[in-house]
Amino acid sequence: MDRIRGVIRPFRKRIAMFFAIVGPGLIVSNVDNDAGGIYTYAQSGAQFGNTVLWTLIPMTLVLYISLEMCARLGAYSGKGLSDLIREEFGFRVTFFLMAVVLVVNLGNVMAEFTGVFWATDVLGINKYVSVPLSAVLVWVLVVHGSAKWVERIFLTICMVYFSYVISAFMAKPDWLIALLHLLPPHLTQFVPTIKPFVQVPTFNATYAVIIAGLVGTTIAPWQHFYLQAAVVEKRVGPRQYAHTRNDVLVGSISCMVIVFFIIVCTAATLYVKGIHHIDNAGTAALALKPLAGKGASVLFAIGLLNASIFAASILPLSTAYVVCEALGFESGIDRKLGEAKIFYGLYTALIIVGAGLVLFLGAHANTILLWSQVLNGFLLPVVLIFILILVNRRDLVGDKVNSRSFNWVAWISTVAMIVLTLVVAYTSIRELFH
Amino acid sequence: MDIYATELMGAKTYDVAGNYVGRVREFFIEPAEAPNRVSHYLLSRGHFQPLVAKHNQVASVAAGKMELNVGERALELYKPNESWLAVQKDLLDQQIIDTSGRKVVRVNDVDLSPLRTNGNVELRLTQVDVGLPGAVRRLLQGVVPSKVVRKLQSKLPQSGIRWEFVNLVEPDPMRRLKLRITHEKLEDLHPADIAEIMEDLSAAERQGIIASLDEETAAAVLAELDERLTTQIVEKLDPEKAADILEEMAPDAAADLLGDLSKETSEELLHEMPGQEADEVRELLEFDPATAGGMMNPDFVFVGEASTREEVLQWMRGQEMNFDQLDTIVLLDNAAQFSGTVPVARLLLAATDQRMTELKMEPLLSLPASADDKEVFELFDKYNLRMLTVIDKVNRPIGAITVDDVVSHLLK
Repeated sequence: MDRIRGVIRPFRKRIAMFFAIVGPGLIVSNVDNDAGGIYTYAQSGAQFGNTVLWTLIPMTLVLYISLEMCARLGAYSGKGLSDLIREEFGFRVTFFLMAVVLVVNLGNVMAEFTGVFWATDVLGINKYVSVPLSAVLVWVLVVHGSAKWVERIFLTICMVYFSYVISAFMAKPDWLIALLHLLPPHLTQFVPTIKPFVQVPTFNATYAVIIAGLVGTTIAPWQHFYLQAAVVEKRVGPRQYAHTRNDVLVGSISCMVIVFFIIVCTAATLYVKGIHHIDNAGTAALALKPLAGKGASVLFAIGLLNASIFAASILPLSTAYVVCEALGFESGIDRKLGEAKIFYGLYTALIIVGAGLVLFLGAHANTILLWSQVLNGFLLPVVLIFILILVNRRDLVGDKVNSRSFNWVAWISTVAMIVLTLVVAYTSIRELFH
Repeated sequence: MDIYATELMGAKTYDVAGNYVGRVREFFIEPAEAPNRVSHYLLSRGHFQPLVAKHNQVASVAAGKMELNVGERALELYKPNESWLAVQKDLLDQQIIDTSGRKVVRVNDVDLSPLRTNGNVELRLTQVDVGLPGAVRRLLQGVVPSKVVRKLQSKLPQSGIRWEFVNLVEPDPMRRLKLRITHEKLEDLHPADIAEIMEDLSAAERQGIIASLDEETAAAVLAELDERLTTQIVEKLDPEKAADILEEMAPDAAADLLGDLSKETSEELLHEMPGQEADEVRELLEFDPATAGGMMNPDFVFVGEASTREEVLQWMRGQEMNFDQLDTIVLLDNAAQFSGTVPVARLLLAATDQRMTELKMEPLLSLPASADDKEVFELFDKYNLRMLTVIDKVNRPIGAITVDDVVSHLLK
């Protein structure tokens, strides 16, 4: 008799538990505001002030469009994104895609632990204490946490994102002017009453790179895999789909609201005082101290720590799950080893390697982060194109394929995203070989 | 020597005169003719229309090379056929059910064994590969020479599933019929295992499986499935079929299921069911699911308290009984009121002429239908019960809660 059965279930039940907690749309979008994201937002606010804010509304739209397609694909086909790619594009494509996903996500995990390091540095904690401690914390939470505790902790974490709102208020920005900058800058020039208050950005190379960076950190391949897997594991069907779509919409908007506050906060302080360059998200927090007070600085750091730990618990989990599903580790490879062992092994390895590299590579860790951004630049277009092909297949989603107009919007935004992520990849490559 | 599907895909094909015909792009099995024989090979040749070679037109097959025993002119043009199972499209990378391992797996490769008959070679599908060797072949075939790939994979642990144990998953009922896909092997598994397998599949596939299982198995599987899935499945079933399945279920399980459906659907299904069963379920539906009435099963075994062990056994032999309910017997007094319970184990050990009333369990326990589930759990816990009788206002037994009802309510 096959005894693996008993081992497999707990792992799937555990995954299902994570997917069921809060809405997957909300989780996916919030994890998006991770260490790398916060740094990019802070940097863009410091460098260009309010003039980057107009990108938030189109970005919300693009984020929503790409995530909604995945949610729909999951709800109507009943299969995860990695499953569908495997079934429709074959083993070889899937294998290479998963290899890249693994490397890119390892880079992301490293970025999260770097975030832990920066944040705890600001709070005055040694990195050799904070990084291993948070790694253990994350591991224990995911492997041993009860549903009740995980839910409580996740909800608390979602609340802590609010610290950015408070630190933005402590920075005392001019809110009306900030809000006006959400409008397309060139259009505002035609309205005489608001024209004098809006600063029009000059579109040059550095500005383009920042915009590309914003898009690159906001729309990440792992989100699509995670969301679709969650929709499938939660058994969302056509009937529950409307609810999930709202969850995705609320998630996309709430993610961007936090981004808005981070940018406004650094724009009102660092940008105004002429500090246009920050090395990392930690320096942003430190720089806030003389400008907006110690409270704002500490809150900013707490927000960063919170976001990093949250992303560090979700990312390795979703990566291990997606890779195991796509390559069929649940069954094949080695019956004796069992699915759960490969899954937990991969999960644990991602955390240990991610945290370890951050601790022991020091400055070299940065090189790995840049490489992972380069790979990300190539991964995202592939994933988005796969999604667009799949969501237009009638044999998979029935009459829920994209409408003609939706396809236009989706393809245009996909092409725009591809161009922007390739810009990021290009600048990362340049930096690597400089 | 066996050949693998990955080695056959793309194989250069030559006719009897040694002329190049095309490459193998796909091959098919015609289950209506032979369940495991490769019946047709699709040969593509650039922008010409693809040709089809039949199984009796093949002289030899090796990795990357196939020879025919006829000239190119003897081959027919390819026409798609729904009753052919396409190995590349329908099998590779798709999910199948491994009925021997009781789980859902994804196919990496397919093993084919050549069988030499008079003047031609037939390939028989022996097993599907779901392990590492298949994965390695898929990754390296065409990039690295076949010999190297074979050497490499021979060192890896094998995990294949014999073709007899493979159950294909096909949501489209017409196609399922054409491909002769049945779930006979699946029906032999324990319903709980089938339920677990179904949880790994997509909604359309689950629907397909339930629709093709016999009603009794389908009922048992539905009772084991996650309730969210159960409602999704029943809503989409043809009402007549759904009613047939509900009829096979224990009334309490049927009531639980109907309670989760919309009022309309549940009424429609009740209407389809035979009167007596429907009435039983209707009565149960009146109870709140979180009360003793909502948990109980109205089918239970009851006898008069004055009867002897021998009389009871005699009577029970004549009945067609469900073993689930045959754990504890309820006793009635002269006024048809509840007077106690006797565990069957105690009955077995008793002397033949002992009266039921002497075998009664102490203390006398029962709960009214309106008692809430907490009370039920507490009684089961306190007295280590296996069964508890539910009574109406005038102390007449109306149903029984068994320990498995308690467990499934606790897990909800």
